[in-house]
Amino acid sequence: MAKPRKQLPKAPTGIQGLDEITGGGLPKGRPTLICGGPGCGKTLFAMEFLVRGARQFNEPGVFMAFEETAKDLTQNMASLGFDLKDMIARKKMVLDFVYIERSEIEVTGEYDLEGLFIRLGQAIDSIGAKRVVLDTIESLFSGLPNPLIVRSELRRLFRWLKDKGVTAVITGERGEKTLTRQGMEEYVSDCVIVLDHRVSEQVPSRRLRVVKYRGSTHGTNEYPFLIDEDGILVLPVTSLGLQNIASTDRIPTGIARLDTMLGGAGYYRGSSVLVSGTAGTGKTSFAAHFAEAACRRGERVLYFAFEESPSQIMRNMRSIGIDLEPWVQKGLLRFQANRPSFAGMEMHLTMIHKAVNAFKPQVVIMDPLSSFVIGGNEIEVKAMLMRLVDFLKMNQITGLFTNLTSGRGAVEITDVAISSLIDTWLLLRDIEIGGERNRGLYLLKSRGMAHSNQIREFLLTDHGVELFDVYVGPEGVLTGSARQAQEAQEQAGKLMRKQDIERRHLELERKRKALEAQIAAMRAEFEAEEVEALKIIGQEKAMEKQLTQERVDMGLSRKADK
Amino acid sequence: MKTNPTKPKPAPSKVRPAKAKSDAFVLRLYVAGQTPKSMAAFANLKKICEEHLAGQYQIEVIDLLENPHLARGDQILAIPTLVKKLPPPVRKIIGDLSNTERVLIGLDLLPRE
Repeated sequence: MAKPRKQLPKAPTGIQGLDEITGGGLPKGRPTLICGGPGCGKTLFAMEFLVRGARQFNEPGVFMAFEETAKDLTQNMASLGFDLKDMIARKKMVLDFVYIERSEIEVTGEYDLEGLFIRLGQAIDSIGAKRVVLDTIESLFSGLPNPLIVRSELRRLFRWLKDKGVTAVITGERGEKTLTRQGMEEYVSDCVIVLDHRVSEQVPSRRLRVVKYRGSTHGTNEYPFLIDEDGILVLPVTSLGLQNIASTDRIPTGIARLDTMLGGAGYYRGSSVLVSGTAGTGKTSFAAHFAEAACRRGERVLYFAFEESPSQIMRNMRSIGIDLEPWVQKGLLRFQANRPSFAGMEMHLTMIHKAVNAFKPQVVIMDPLSSFVIGGNEIEVKAMLMRLVDFLKMNQITGLFTNLTSGRGAVEITDVAISSLIDTWLLLRDIEIGGERNRGLYLLKSRGMAHSNQIREFLLTDHGVELFDVYVGPEGVLTGSARQAQEAQEQAGKLMRKQDIERRHLELERKRKALEAQIAAMRAEFEAEEVEALKIIGQEKAMEKQLTQERVDMGLSRKADK
Repeated sequence: MKTNPTKPKPAPSKVRPAKAKSDAFVLRLYVAGQTPKSMAAFANLKKICEEHLAGQYQIEVIDLLENPHLARGDQILAIPTLVKKLPPPVRKIIGDLSNTERVLIGLDLLPRE
């Protein structure tokens, strides 16, 4: 937003969302034209402007009705919680029903509408009104002859209203080629708002557009709006732009190994996560893990289920060991289950808004988004999701959306429409090998974190989702029993190698022992020989000694002198 | 119902010719100040009444500038408006009453074509 410049003074409508689009309300002290077809909510719009003006901004108002009697109006508005009788009694409002019946009126000559001016002036003065509604003043054209006079008198009326300084709302029926049947937009040139009620694919939706707003910037989109028990609610979310503050806070996914894949810490708080995959790949299980993990941390989770009832989800999740029921009872987890076809996209979005504003969750889960896609309305779904993502991010709510992708091969293409809005995208898919379907998990993207690029296989066990490394080797990527077989084969190979080594060790030992035995035998032989030899040597020596002795003895006996 | 005894000037607010025994026609003329249109309407009305309803009519002139709250009761938007209160049904004739024939139709004195 640029620096706030001095704009026209504005009269806040108090209608949720409208004041954001118009930058503060309708032009104060000027007339605004509200036009649209029958049943588009003009009268309600005008009445809410008055009621809220009187209640919230202390600006009493005059409602001049040309079509509905005061009694009818009071009854109709009571259903929206507007107690007109009370407001009239407290002088916050004047309700004046102007009755014109063409058949009772004869015209002769010139006239003007001074009576209307006087009536209106009197009503305004009686309560010090600041706001005026003329609903639907075009009835004058059918009630009174001589449209030229009516036209010039209306021109005078709007000038007069401006001079009075009242903020006026004039309603008009949509015409064939013009915004209103009688071309009222020519007179009321300050602000023109068009309401529309259309039906597409059997689903009705209401739209509001500020066609013109002199002297003020305003949102020009068609904004969806809703009429519910609290009145009108306009959704201006697209006007917000990308102003959200990105959190660096990380929250676990509920699946330990998935956290590891996501840089070790899980999703960013306030990010949007898409879990997409073909049928039966376990999208809801991922959502349930995340929900349970959030509840464990004491955070609130709002779970929008569009295909299964809450009890069905809880039963199914119990089968994989995720018990959500205690969290529902503790009030941390709230389910809201609706069929997508029960209302238009805007209605859903508005209900989501209301539910989020009421429950104030930290985590919102939508399961699945794809059920909104009914016959080529992807653009609308995308627009809705964009607004939803914006809204959640503004509120620092982490959103997890599941999306059913149809068919194989095209998973990434069909999701392109919304992928740009998504921060972390998990793709679950079947891997078909060896007559089996196994579940594989890819991390297609995860903004702002170093994430794993590897495929994981995951199993839905009785204690939740478990991730496994897939076998990647010379045989290619193997999953399921092929992975297990491969693993077993590797295991067997390992065992064999181990046994081989042991065998070799034993052999060596045996050889050493044989060698040692041989050495011992040889030594024994040698020792035996040695003993023999020494014995012989001893004998020889003894014999020699004996010979020498004998010779001495002999010499002695011969009495030799030498 | 308040009436205005002074305006418009050229005539008293209640024109009650002496010979009127019963006010078969109760007529109310709403004006807003003395505008030429209002003056003309009153003059035309008086003339028509004298010509066609002599002795059996009563005219009240109501100036909304003085009694603005009276506009609501008779559902007055246009000025001048002549309201035929009696005899029923109630009819309104808008304008300066310059077309006598249409006024007579409005007063149910002439059949509608």
